[in-house]
Amino acid sequence: MSWIENRFEEGLMMTSLDWALNWARSSSVWPMTFGIACCAIEMMAVGASRFDIDRFGAGAFRATPRQSDLMIVAGTVTYKMASRLKRLYNQMPDPKYVMAMGACTIGGGPYFKHGYHVVKGVDLIVPVDIYIPGCPPRPEALLEGLMRLQDKIRHESRAIDRVAQDNQARLARV
Amino acid sequence: MQSFEEICQVLKTEFGEAIEDTVTEGCRPYAVVSVGRWGDVAKFLRNDPRMRFDLLRCISAIDLLEDDKLACVYELGALSAISATADMSLERELAVRVITDRTDPHIASVAHLWAAADWHEREAFDMMGIVFDGHPNLERILCPEDWVGYPLRKDYKFPLEYHGIPATTEHELTSPKH
Repeated sequence: MSWIENRFEEGLMMTSLDWALNWARSSSVWPMTFGIACCAIEMMAVGASRFDIDRFGAGAFRATPRQSDLMIVAGTVTYKMASRLKRLYNQMPDPKYVMAMGACTIGGGPYFKHGYHVVKGVDLIVPVDIYIPGCPPRPEALLEGLMRLQDKIRHESRAIDRVAQDNQARLARV
Repeated sequence: MQSFEEICQVLKTEFGEAIEDTVTEGCRPYAVVSVGRWGDVAKFLRNDPRMRFDLLRCISAIDLLEDDKLACVYELGALSAISATADMSLERELAVRVITDRTDPHIASVAHLWAAADWHEREAFDMMGIVFDGHPNLERILCPEDWVGYPLRKDYKFPLEYHGIPATTEHELTSPKH
C-alpha cells in the first residue's frame, strides 16, 4: 500500500479503510517456502491436513520471496546462511513479516555457547515480528504465532509507515 | 576372516620401517603408518590381491595437541571379496593412523584411490587444516571460503564477529582450557 503511505499528516486516522485493508492482509499471509533445519519439519506438518495452516489463510507457500509476505525462519541460521537469508528478506515486497521459529533462530539455542558457526539470533540480521519458542515448537505453537501476527497486522495503520518504524527501531537497538 | 595381525604382517614384510606401530589395545586396533610412505601403503592396500580394501568407510582427523601433532585415521573395508563369493568369512577391515606435524600438516591424498576420500579430505582440511597433497580440489567444504582458522582444532579461537554480525563471548569464558 505504498501509494497511500506517508501521504497524510501523522495523527490522521482512517479507521474503516484500515480495517478493510488489515482484514484482507491478515487473512492472506503468504509464507515463503523456506526451511533451514529441523523446525521446517514442524512447519511442513502445519502446512499439511492435520494442522492445516490454510484455515487461517496462510497456506499458500510461495516458492519465491517476491510473492511472499511472511518469512518463517524455521531452523538454525549459520553465518554462511546469513547473507542468503538477508538477500531473501530484501527481495520480499513490503509489507513483510518475519517469524523466528525455534530456539536456534531466537538466540542460537543449543549452539549459543559452543557453536562457532551459528548466528546468535536471527534478529541480528533481519527485524523479527514474532518469536515462537520451542525446540522445535509444536505445530500448535506455530499456529499461535501466526494468529499473534494476524493480531499485529490488524492493529496496523496506513497513516504510519511501518517500514520506517522498523528501521528506526533497528537503528535504536544497534 | 583375515585377522588384524595377519594384515599387519603382510604390510610389515612389504614396507618394513614405514609401519611404525601396531596398536591392539582399545576397542579398535590400528596400524600407524609413516606419513612419508602413506601414498604407497594406500595404493598397496587398495590394489594388492592379498589386501583389496576397496571401501573407505571414513576419515577421522584427530588433534593431538599435547604431542603437537595432527592425525588422520582411515577406516578401510573390503567388499569385492565378499560380493564375488558371498562368503562372509572373507570380511576384513583395517584402521590406519597417519600422524603429521601440527604446524605444517601435510598428508598424501588418497582421492585417486577411493572416490569417497575426496569430500572426506576436504572436510578434514576445512575443520582441522590438514593439507592433502595431490587432492583435485582442496577447498573448504562446509565453512564459508573466507572463514578464519580451523574450527575443530582444540586451540581454535571463536570469532567475535563475522561480516558485521556479532557473536557471543560465552565460549571464551566457558570452554575447556587445553
